[in-house]
Amino acid sequence: MKVLIAVKRVVDYNIKVRIKSDGSDVDINGVKMGVNPFDENAIEAALRLKEQGVATEIVAVSLGTSANQDVLRHALAMGADRAILVESDLTLQALGVAKLLKSIVMREQPQLIILGKQAIDNDAGQTGQMLAALLNYPQATFASAIQVDGNTISVTREVDGGTETLALNLPAVVTADLRLNEPRFVKLPNLMMARKKPIETINAAEFAVSAEPRLKLIQVSEPSARKAGIRVGSVSELLSKLREHEGILL
Amino acid sequence: MKILILAEHDGKQLSPAVYQVVTAAQFWNAPVEILVAGSNTNTVAKQAAAITGVARVIQAEAAHLAHQLAEDVANIIVQVAGDYQVILAAHSSFSRNIVPRAAALLDVAMISDVLEIKADHTYVRSVYAGDILTTIQSIDALQIVTIHSSNFTAAKNTESNNTDVNNTGAQAEIVSIEVPEPFTITRWVSETRSLSDRPALTSAKVVITGGRSLGSAERFEELLSPLASKLGAALGATRAAVDAGFAPNDTQVGQTGVVVAPELYIAVGVSGAVQHTYGMKDSKIVVAINQDPDAPIFQVADYGLVADLFEAIPELTNAI
Repeated sequence: MKVLIAVKRVVDYNIKVRIKSDGSDVDINGVKMGVNPFDENAIEAALRLKEQGVATEIVAVSLGTSANQDVLRHALAMGADRAILVESDLTLQALGVAKLLKSIVMREQPQLIILGKQAIDNDAGQTGQMLAALLNYPQATFASAIQVDGNTISVTREVDGGTETLALNLPAVVTADLRLNEPRFVKLPNLMMARKKPIETINAAEFAVSAEPRLKLIQVSEPSARKAGIRVGSVSELLSKLREHEGILL
Repeated sequence: MKILILAEHDGKQLSPAVYQVVTAAQFWNAPVEILVAGSNTNTVAKQAAAITGVARVIQAEAAHLAHQLAEDVANIIVQVAGDYQVILAAHSSFSRNIVPRAAALLDVAMISDVLEIKADHTYVRSVYAGDILTTIQSIDALQIVTIHSSNFTAAKNTESNNTDVNNTGAQAEIVSIEVPEPFTITRWVSETRSLSDRPALTSAKVVITGGRSLGSAERFEELLSPLASKLGAALGATRAAVDAGFAPNDTQVGQTGVVVAPELYIAVGVSGAVQHTYGMKDSKIVVAINQDPDAPIFQVADYGLVADLFEAIPELTNAI
């Protein structure tokens, strides 16, 4: 079966993002970018399905500008078979991305679509559920374990207070949690080989969907930081501060 | 104009966050209605009806809603959405699963984890693990929003003037609706629940969180469990501690785990990466205990103690 994975290009998680001087947006010019960490879990899950002989082809798709070729190369180096770049200059938001991904799904007809559960830049966590809705497919979010058995996939989901296991008929949409797996490191020879794998580029305008942003960014600012308090020298000093200054009954 | 709130519940109790979302909903000065979906909803529907500021409770009851699958609950939201201008839910794993699905079916650009409602259609939410605040404006007629519930005080109950959820003196009207056909191609198989006598992380008044420097699952438990018992606290963990197997997955506090805002937060051997502080920085009082005097957690702590954890924590436990 064919597995489709969606890959977002985001600011590296170690980078502290700055604001443009006019406060209109964040400034990510020249900042180190990479694959959204949850999407790496999605890629890894697809690779393991292929190693189990369940998946036969893994297609990676990313949406954005030509700069996104780097994250697709990363997916190919990890082991995806081919990649699709949906090129768009729009500010892409979850609903627009879901609509474009739906167009790719209609064309590629994968049996399973795996996405990260959220992107670490905007933390919205919507795209997978929206894609499942638009396709009228079953969904399983926050997956920490998956198992394909014939025409169904069993997914263990991370929920508050424990886990839940669902069985979905394929085709289905799954979103990956961090605990799904540990993504493999890319070895240099694989990175070299990935250069030979194909990246097909499609202009988003070729799909008859409206991916225009519906959410207008008015302003960005820095949150007021929690101010650092005081250092105490001992446990007894800590307790007396909490009791006397904060009125906490301990 | 009317507001709808999707209520999270376990068949026995409404989630405390529902009370906070009711407060958020008062922003619009319009009737607030609560949707309760499930297979056994009479008790929670009465609880919802007793919340001050709730005009009506919509009860969607059917056997197939026992596990509140996203596909089924989203279809109910779609069925009733035409009556509302705003649909709200607390930003929890329950609604994060359901609400985006409903939003896409309704062709609405949803707004996740709203910290502040600035004006009708205008919201503040954080991005980059809370490092940046953005003010965004939606152009959709219907607003679908999840609320960062700890930023809002809990609405009270009509009768007792407190949030005692056992007060079920119904005030608002409760209306039952027909529910759509089940979405049969997703089936619930099983669940596991962490067995714990401790309060839930998201509603506990005191939270103690341990980091990787505790060394092992046994030491994590040995060191923090007695303190948690004495304080009636919930136990959380950093991602590193969860990944190392010291604590269950659902105890992870941070950007990709749960967000807590207790009265007292005690970080034990937690370094304090932004991905972690995102999940605790709304706490009222933060205490950090760490061996490393340069740990970033001290920059967000009201009280910092540099000490050997394995001496300081037992000493603290004994002194309480």
